[in-house]
Amino acid sequence: MSLASAGTDRLRGMRIDLKTAGPLVALILLCVLGYSLNPLFLAEGNVSNLLTRSAFIGIIAVGATFVITAGGIDLSVGSMAAFIAGMMIIVMNWAVESMGVSVGTVLLGIGCSLILGIGAGFINGFLTTKGKIEAFIVTLGTMGIYRSLITYFANGGTLSLDSDARQIYRPIYYDSLLGIPIPVWVFIVVALIGWVLMNRTAFGRYCMAIGSSEHVARYSAIKVDRVRTITYILQGLCVSLATIIYVPRLGSASSATGVLWELEAIAAVIIGGTVLKGGYGRIGGTVIGALILTAIGNILNLTEIISNYLNGAVQGVIIIAAVYLQRGSFRAGRKKTPAQ
Amino acid sequence: MSEATPDGAILSASRVSKSFGEIPVLFSIDFDVRPGEVHAIIGENGAGKSTLIKILSGFEQPTSGSIIYDGDRAVLPPNGEAEARGIVLIHQELNLAEHLSVTDSIFLGRELHRYGLLDLKTMRERARAILDRLDVRVDPDARISSLSVADKQMVEIAKAINRDARVLIMDEPTAVLSVAETKTLFEQIRRLTEQGVAIVFISHKLDEIMALANRVTVLRDGQLIATMNTSALTPDSIAQMMVGRELSNLYPPKKEPDVDAPVVLSVRGLSAPGISNVSFDLRGGEILGFAGLIGSGRTAVAEAVVGLVVPEEGEISLNGQPVAFSDVRESLAAGLAYMTKDRKGRGLLLNMGLEPNLTLATLPKHRRGGFLTASSEHQALERAVRRFDIRARDPSVGVGQLSGGNQQKLLLAKCMESDPDIVIMDEPTRGIDVGTKQQIYHIIAALAAEGKSVIVISSEMQEVIGLSHRVLVMREGRMAGLLEGAEINEAEIMRYAAGVKQGEVS
Repeated sequence: MSLASAGTDRLRGMRIDLKTAGPLVALILLCVLGYSLNPLFLAEGNVSNLLTRSAFIGIIAVGATFVITAGGIDLSVGSMAAFIAGMMIIVMNWAVESMGVSVGTVLLGIGCSLILGIGAGFINGFLTTKGKIEAFIVTLGTMGIYRSLITYFANGGTLSLDSDARQIYRPIYYDSLLGIPIPVWVFIVVALIGWVLMNRTAFGRYCMAIGSSEHVARYSAIKVDRVRTITYILQGLCVSLATIIYVPRLGSASSATGVLWELEAIAAVIIGGTVLKGGYGRIGGTVIGALILTAIGNILNLTEIISNYLNGAVQGVIIIAAVYLQRGSFRAGRKKTPAQ
Repeated sequence: MSEATPDGAILSASRVSKSFGEIPVLFSIDFDVRPGEVHAIIGENGAGKSTLIKILSGFEQPTSGSIIYDGDRAVLPPNGEAEARGIVLIHQELNLAEHLSVTDSIFLGRELHRYGLLDLKTMRERARAILDRLDVRVDPDARISSLSVADKQMVEIAKAINRDARVLIMDEPTAVLSVAETKTLFEQIRRLTEQGVAIVFISHKLDEIMALANRVTVLRDGQLIATMNTSALTPDSIAQMMVGRELSNLYPPKKEPDVDAPVVLSVRGLSAPGISNVSFDLRGGEILGFAGLIGSGRTAVAEAVVGLVVPEEGEISLNGQPVAFSDVRESLAAGLAYMTKDRKGRGLLLNMGLEPNLTLATLPKHRRGGFLTASSEHQALERAVRRFDIRARDPSVGVGQLSGGNQQKLLLAKCMESDPDIVIMDEPTRGIDVGTKQQIYHIIAALAAEGKSVIVISSEMQEVIGLSHRVLVMREGRMAGLLEGAEINEAEIMRYAAGVKQGEVS
């Protein structure tokens, strides 16, 4: 420490700044591009719509940031969301039939969602830690299970929420508080809590430690299995919250609900600068990643240059480019390392 | 005295300097190695040894100066051309793919083909021939992951021979070898030199250098101090040249613990995977040495005591109270800390800075109302840097970039953060320079003087002898003997460790 050399410090500092600011710069460029293609992009209605849409993926991605930082992966989130949505609708419809419609119906649905989300997360966590099965395999399995369960309960079709219950539930998606849509509020709160958890608590530090080296974590008196399981439970909780604000949007769930959400969530995490192998997580980056992904789709919708059908392709290019840039800066860092 | 004339040298460096950015690490070094000789390079961590051999093997380019190979000025690009021309570097962390077989590894990158397909049969036969020539009993079909470190090293050497190495550069090959394994390695090296191979050899162990090397080059702070014939040197004179000062008191004086100091840790009949029926007592203020060959179960004892491994049988008591830890957190809370020997794989998070590493095991201490307080962690680092003399240019840079000595001091600091009463240190000075070793020895002695109890597990016999009040020798997972006072000497320890003598304790 006493040997600090100002020159190298400054160089290093700039490199890190560029790296952390990268996703933000990309988002700003994207906004400038969107505005220049169609000024409607920054109109109040569109911005609020964009933020609301990004809330689903964003909330799930905040959970995924913890799972990935701790060296895991959860592929089941999309199917889990569809399954939870279906179960919520079934429970609420049942409640309407037997007890009539009230605010309690919706609260019951929300409670059901929270229990299922936490439970599903616990199952993923338990199987990966105590069952010692690769997270990729466990969540690939649960992904298939939830997807086929929703198809089964919907009898291959669509589950629709009772229209009276939907009237009561509607405001959770469509209303605003202080001019900001409620889903965006939920997103903001989830992201803030996530940021504090990741950066200001021992739990966040443990996630990064486990992701960088499980051995070191274990030898450092960290309860690796417990921390890992909690990351999956957090992920389940985030899926549950996203589903709670998603259900009133359409009031229905089918086997097509939440398809590919897992990949969008993982993409948002990675674009944001979290390392896929684990060990380094950035909640702020994840939020920006979710915004970038939604903004791409939105811009394509507003312009005629590229077909909206190519949304996935553009997202794919952005994801690969983001990871390439991360890799590039890592390699540069290694080259500068003086031996001995 | 100095041998500046590169007469008959196969590989030499002439006035080689190297800087990384603005930081110079080598200043105008002359170095040469002749066919059939062993030339040792020695110096403290950070003296520039690794950089010099990387330049000799083409992994780094010199900032100025030149490399002469086989009588010609040579530019060795880092793309493996040096290896193709017969200069092979064996890294400290062996570079073998764990899932390949021995034959695959020996021929990796130079596979033999027949009709466009791999010629497995010939490759296996040749691998067998090379291994036989080295007198190594390793199955050519064995997976690398199933071999001991010593055998892996032999495979690296076999690989080098298969590449017709004319210059073999070895970076601390003995750091992870036991005494017996080191002996075998030296036989191989002598065999190679008889065949005219030139060997460049880095080691921290002075006795090894005296036994093996024809010439020694001493580096200090990137400067060439001297190149001399080994016969003109003594271990003391080498050590003095390395550090530039007298090293009279490498080991601090032993302060005998009170005879009536209470037993703080008592282990009876402990059995766990790899060990059986181990019993010992540790008193307050005592340093108990654990000696034995690599793989004799010393680490397994430590891991079973602190709860990293669940014991199968036996009783452990702490200050008279029976305990059974199933988790490191519990043993840490009870005042028992274990410092792993694998600082890179199990001790430190190499991609993180000093602070998160230091506080990782004791984060709850730095919490206020559930949140971490940065200032508290910062103070902990400042204290540790002062107490353990950790030197880092930038504390936020990944600790993987620190020198081995500083990593070890950081690991020690991390281990002491929990303020333990009993510390088990596994190989506390592996692969670090003499100066840092001396610092660590003094820290250990100071801990004991404060009344803390220390178990030192070490494969360096001098270290166990120089530090310990009593020495427990292990062999094949069992206790072979317990030595006290004048019995603690190299010959006696070796007798127990090698099984020549069986102790009354078993």
